[in-house]
Amino acid sequence: MSEELVFRFKVDGDDFTSAGQASVQVKKNLRQLGLSAEVIKRVSVAMYEGEINMVIHAGGGDAEVRVSEDYIEIVLDDKGPGIKNIDLAMQEGYSTASDTIRSLGFGAGMGLPNMRKYTDYMDIQSEIGVGTKIVMRVNC
Amino acid sequence: MKINEIQKLLDAKLYCGEDGLSRDVKSVCGSDLMSDVLAYNKDQSMLLTGLVNPQVIRTAVMMDMLCIVFVRSKTPSDEMLELAKDSGIVVMGTDMTMFTACGKLYAGGIVNDFRVK
Ligand SMILES: Nc1ncnc2c1ncn2[C@@H]1O[C@H](COP(=O)(O)OP(=O)(O)O)[C@@H](O)[C@H]1O
Ligand SMILES: [Mg+2]
Repeated sequence: MSEELVFRFKVDGDDFTSAGQASVQVKKNLRQLGLSAEVIKRVSVAMYEGEINMVIHAGGGDAEVRVSEDYIEIVLDDKGPGIKNIDLAMQEGYSTASDTIRSLGFGAGMGLPNMRKYTDYMDIQSEIGVGTKIVMRVNC
Repeated sequence: MKINEIQKLLDAKLYCGEDGLSRDVKSVCGSDLMSDVLAYNKDQSMLLTGLVNPQVIRTAVMMDMLCIVFVRSKTPSDEMLELAKDSGIVVMGTDMTMFTACGKLYAGGIVNDFRVK
């Protein structure tokens, strides 16, 4: 691959039913590129958790997946409320999600830890009242 | 264990994915918490859940799971079945509770003993 391949998605923050759609599409796209099943699983799970977070915590945002020779990069960018304490948010079980979100199967506080677990690199930039940008990479 | 044997053990109704009935399941994850399912990184696995929404299907797709069984007679929507068909996942339903369904599968020979620590 000489040219870098980029997939872009708008993640809708108003409709929980569609949350995860972009990640399903990314999985399909990556399959067509013939990457290993393990790499595809790691990318799509990490993106899925991040996509759900943008929907339930940030009112939606933009997702970008870049495929290069050495790694796949996922960039999730939202204009939500931001994360006050990133170290705390990274802890297993920490969650500010509502009971409604919990009844939908999310909000167990395992999303960010899962994202770290499945990726080789993860960086969170967040500013209160401005938004959150998460960059993750999975080596291929 | 083959999915069609699982279907018999759980007395389950098939909703979609007939083509996948002969596939082999090696481990089972029983949970209503999707992030716990997403942390469960096992090959050739199956999901048992009482939660019904499109994210259940998407979660199983992300994890390359072969099959989803809804417990307690929970019925998936047409939209969910379309998502499942698109990925070739087998979807079934049983009137057993989570506990009973897990017990049947364990007694039937799926004895994965995974612990988080
Ligand atoms: N994109 C985001 N914008 C604002 N807050 C976020 C975002 N992602 C995560 N958070 C915060 O970090 C916490 C932990 O996230 P996570 O581990 O995914 O758990 P959960 O989503 O189950 O609450 C969330 O409860 C929320 O407070
Ligand atoms: Mg989360």
